[in-house]
Amino acid sequence: MNWEPKIIAFLCNWCSYAGADLAGVSRLQYPPNIRIIKVPCSGRISPNIILDAFLKGADGVWVSGCHPGDCHYISGNLYARRRLVLFERLMEFVGLEPGRLEFSWISASEGEQFAAKAKEVTERIRVLGPNTRLRKVF
Amino acid sequence: MLEVTGQHRECQEQLRKRARDLLASGEIAAFIGYGNGSLPWVPRPIVVRSPEEADRLVWNSFLTLNLANYLPGVLKELEPPRRRGEQVDPSTLPRVGIVATGCWSRNIVIQVQENQVDRSRVHIIGISSRGMISRHSFKQALGGKEALKIVENDHEIEVTLSHGETMVLSRWEYVRPNCKTCIHPGPVVSDETIGPPPGRRLVDERFREIEEVEAKDSQGRWEWFEEAFKDCIRCYACRNACPLCYCPTCFVDDSRPQWVGKSIETPDALTFHILRAYHCAGRCTDCGACESVCPVGIPMRLLTKKLIKEAQMLFDWEPGMSLEEAPLLGSFSPDDPDIAILKGGEKGT
Repeated sequence: MNWEPKIIAFLCNWCSYAGADLAGVSRLQYPPNIRIIKVPCSGRISPNIILDAFLKGADGVWVSGCHPGDCHYISGNLYARRRLVLFERLMEFVGLEPGRLEFSWISASEGEQFAAKAKEVTERIRVLGPNTRLRKVF
Repeated sequence: MLEVTGQHRECQEQLRKRARDLLASGEIAAFIGYGNGSLPWVPRPIVVRSPEEADRLVWNSFLTLNLANYLPGVLKELEPPRRRGEQVDPSTLPRVGIVATGCWSRNIVIQVQENQVDRSRVHIIGISSRGMISRHSFKQALGGKEALKIVENDHEIEVTLSHGETMVLSRWEYVRPNCKTCIHPGPVVSDETIGPPPGRRLVDERFREIEEVEAKDSQGRWEWFEEAFKDCIRCYACRNACPLCYCPTCFVDDSRPQWVGKSIETPDALTFHILRAYHCAGRCTDCGACESVCPVGIPMRLLTKKLIKEAQMLFDWEPGMSLEEAPLLGSFSPDDPDIAILKGGEKGT
């Protein structure tokens, strides 16, 4: 009966996923609550996908991509930035707890930042407790 | 039966005359407007195709649907059949006339921005809206009785009920909240305008409804959201009334992947409303058609209005104000506010 947060991390192939890889090969410790899903670009993340994660029982969703200006596809993360900021505000308006949705820019050389962010996100969601608001119980 | 006097009467007469002239001259092949419906307080959108029919057009305070919704369909229907890949010069295609208030014209602008409508094929007759009456509150005022006849003048609405009862309502009291706080009652684009220029509005209180919800804490907002939206029966009237919803396959109809469950269970209904509102981000003009057609009175307009507020605060964006703009979410600027910095409770909301 030990609840552990389940966090879905959507990491872009070119920066954040490589950052997670670096954290791994550098033997940095970070909580095992993160489930990583590799996506081609943070611009791939549609609000549908985030909502789907929450509905299916995720306690938190973390989207991470290349730093603005560094996108492999030139502008994918800049589109994502506009889109996701509006989505996050809408989600908070309808009562999703602030902090369940996390966004960050992590480059391929930032293994330490990745590990630190993973810890930060996990701890925050541990405090918030299980996601009950948007979850669809099957 | 619905009769109008005063300003709306003048608009109605000029509208009929102009539609008749345009149809008679062959400039347009069809005119999209409103005609009388089966209930006096529910006029229905009609497409007029001959000059003789132009006298069916009406103009009053009960026009709560957004006529821009019908424009892409009517334009498409008038195109002659063509082979796949065959190029047609748009200037040879039949044109369509439409009457537009502020929000309807802004929705036409958005349809042009998103390449759903060819501006050169549309003749817009602009009329400044004086605010349209909420179906829900009007129905409540009727108290379950049948309205046999309505006479509308500039500020009052006289209703004759069954059994010879009458009542007089103050028009402004029943005007929809989105109309009361409208920033742009006059048409943004038009080929000609009729009627008086736009009047005063309560623009200072534009986002008051939103601020009331924002003032609650996260738990309170969730309770409000769940309570207000859980009665949704998923009839999709809000989607069908919306001039922004023209996707050939809506996300709710997708089955692989299935983004939203098909049931009316609360999580499915809530997800539907979140995504429906989000799809209107940076595009919704707050015309209120969705809320007007809702059979169970769900305030889904508040979600899109929240997005209007955020788009205005973050990107200084008003949807549908200029034909040249690119859509908000179809463009970006390197100077956009950074989401990774704006996160958590540090924001204004």
